Amino acid sequence: MTLAIDVQRLTRRFGAFVAVDAISVQVKTGEVFGFLGANGAGKTTAIKMLIGLLEPTEGSAQVAGYDVRTQSEEVRRRIGYMSQRFSLYDDLTVRENIQLYGGIYGLTDDEISTRGAELVGGLHLDGAHDALVGTLPLGWKQKLAFSVALLHRPLVVFLDEPTGGVDPVTRRQFWEMIYAAAARGTTVFVTTHYMDEAEYCDRLSIMVDGRIAAMGTPAELKAEFGAPTIDEVFVRLARPAAMAGGV
Amino acid sequence: MSDTGPVVLHEVRKTFGATVALESVSLTVRPGELFGLVGPDGGGKTTLFRILATLLVPDSGTATVLGRDVVRDLWDIRSRVGYMPGRFSLYPDLSVEENLRFFASVFGTSLERGYDLIKPIYQQIEPFRDRRAGQLSGGMKQKLALSCALVHRPDLLLLDEPTTGVDAVSRREFWDLLDTLQASGLTIVVSTPYMDEADRCDRVALMQQGRVLAIDAPSAIGALFPRPLFAVRGRPRTALLDALRALPTAASVHPFGEAFHYSDTRTALAPAQIAQDVLDALRARNLDGVDVTTIAPGIEDAFMALMGDAPGVPVGVPA
Repeated sequence: MTLAIDVQRLTRRFGAFVAVDAISVQVKTGEVFGFLGANGAGKTTAIKMLIGLLEPTEGSAQVAGYDVRTQSEEVRRRIGYMSQRFSLYDDLTVRENIQLYGGIYGLTDDEISTRGAELVGGLHLDGAHDALVGTLPLGWKQKLAFSVALLHRPLVVFLDEPTGGVDPVTRRQFWEMIYAAAARGTTVFVTTHYMDEAEYCDRLSIMVDGRIAAMGTPAELKAEFGAPTIDEVFVRLARPAAMAGGV
Repeated sequence: MSDTGPVVLHEVRKTFGATVALESVSLTVRPGELFGLVGPDGGGKTTLFRILATLLVPDSGTATVLGRDVVRDLWDIRSRVGYMPGRFSLYPDLSVEENLRFFASVFGTSLERGYDLIKPIYQQIEPFRDRRAGQLSGGMKQKLALSCALVHRPDLLLLDEPTTGVDAVSRREFWDLLDTLQASGLTIVVSTPYMDEADRCDRVALMQQGRVLAIDAPSAIGALFPRPLFAVRGRPRTALLDALRALPTAASVHPFGEAFHYSDTRTALAPAQIAQDVLDALRARNLDGVDVTTIAPGIEDAFMALMGDAPGVPVGVPA
């Protein structure tokens, strides 16, 4: 068993505030891992450390086999990242966005044109090659952004609320793309506020106040908390914290 | 009947260049109602709110708010409506209290006169009253924005996606707050992309690509789903999904949490018979723990059926 992500007691402090408090997570290659938590629980801070954008205060994290602290360049070359709002350039066409990101990730012109054609064909976007990305409906934008995040064939892809505001049919198509990527061996690390999507993950963790309060398969977590849905598990774990923190 | 009510829209259309944001939308909100506009981004919800808040003029059709015309009587409307836009729109360099006092003074009132109405919300952020609004957490910003929209005691509250990007727990708390406000007699129109939140409204309009797909009580919306519906469980999930889609009589198959929702083209057949047929077909595929149960369709099931299971297709793309 190889680990795509190996996090040991990872910690980040901002002054006296402990945003991420000694979390440990192992994600296997090809797994779809759901990283859940309330707003302000520390998810974004943790992800920033995992993609090499923020230095940990303590602890260690290896992503795609490299240390995020000492080998962040190597990490970044092997991962993809997609955020909810900003991933592609609205003022560039579909083709131009692919060329831009292909170039940034050091693909050759041949690779860009072959993989770009595959990508656009796979999304049935052939007719929209020269459309400005800003004119695409949100769901298509997000599917395109995900495909672009996979263009350099990363070992691990981080998706930060990829389906927020997306219609229910496209949201489900997006998850089929996630499954397909995982089936090809890409490890998927995803956050979401849709609790039904949490059920689609192989395993998930729930962060509360900087710590990981629960981790397991959806079935394990529901059994552990005697709850019918992950939504219920989430509410039970996160509600006391939300009340106390006043966020 | 259709020309009374706090909000009345009649065949409202709004375009931006070649984009049709609203396509002949008609709806009526009743006094004291908690009315939801439910649908994904690009549905037209924000355009509709901007028309109701008198910030946009419709291309055609009529809209009245609290009995006044949104084009002719905009100043009357503005003083009686509280509007919370989707994007944070307070002054980040002013403190919490300064923002509130500013909005109160713009509407010719004071924080003190509006205090009892906003108290249940404002109390939660009052300990931070000297903090700059730009430095608040997301949840606190939301509460401040709601307080500012309420401080002049409006008769109608317009909330554009107040819970987008908000976690499941905070979302529940926000809807509890809306219940409290509604109990004080306020009419509330609120939009959301989360289908499960529709259940918290008295009535909802489902919106998709500028059109209203349906308007009804949440409990009645599910009944618009045109066929018997089944929840199917089993492992492994991907094999189960493939097997369901491969059934020659499959009408729709969608993942729903840990289950798949399945409907069948043989609508004349008894649901129990369909369930048995599907079960037999799946058992022949070596799937574990297969279970097929008849269920009542929910809002998301109805929404997907009403949108024709076909999401928006970009221009120039063959459907």
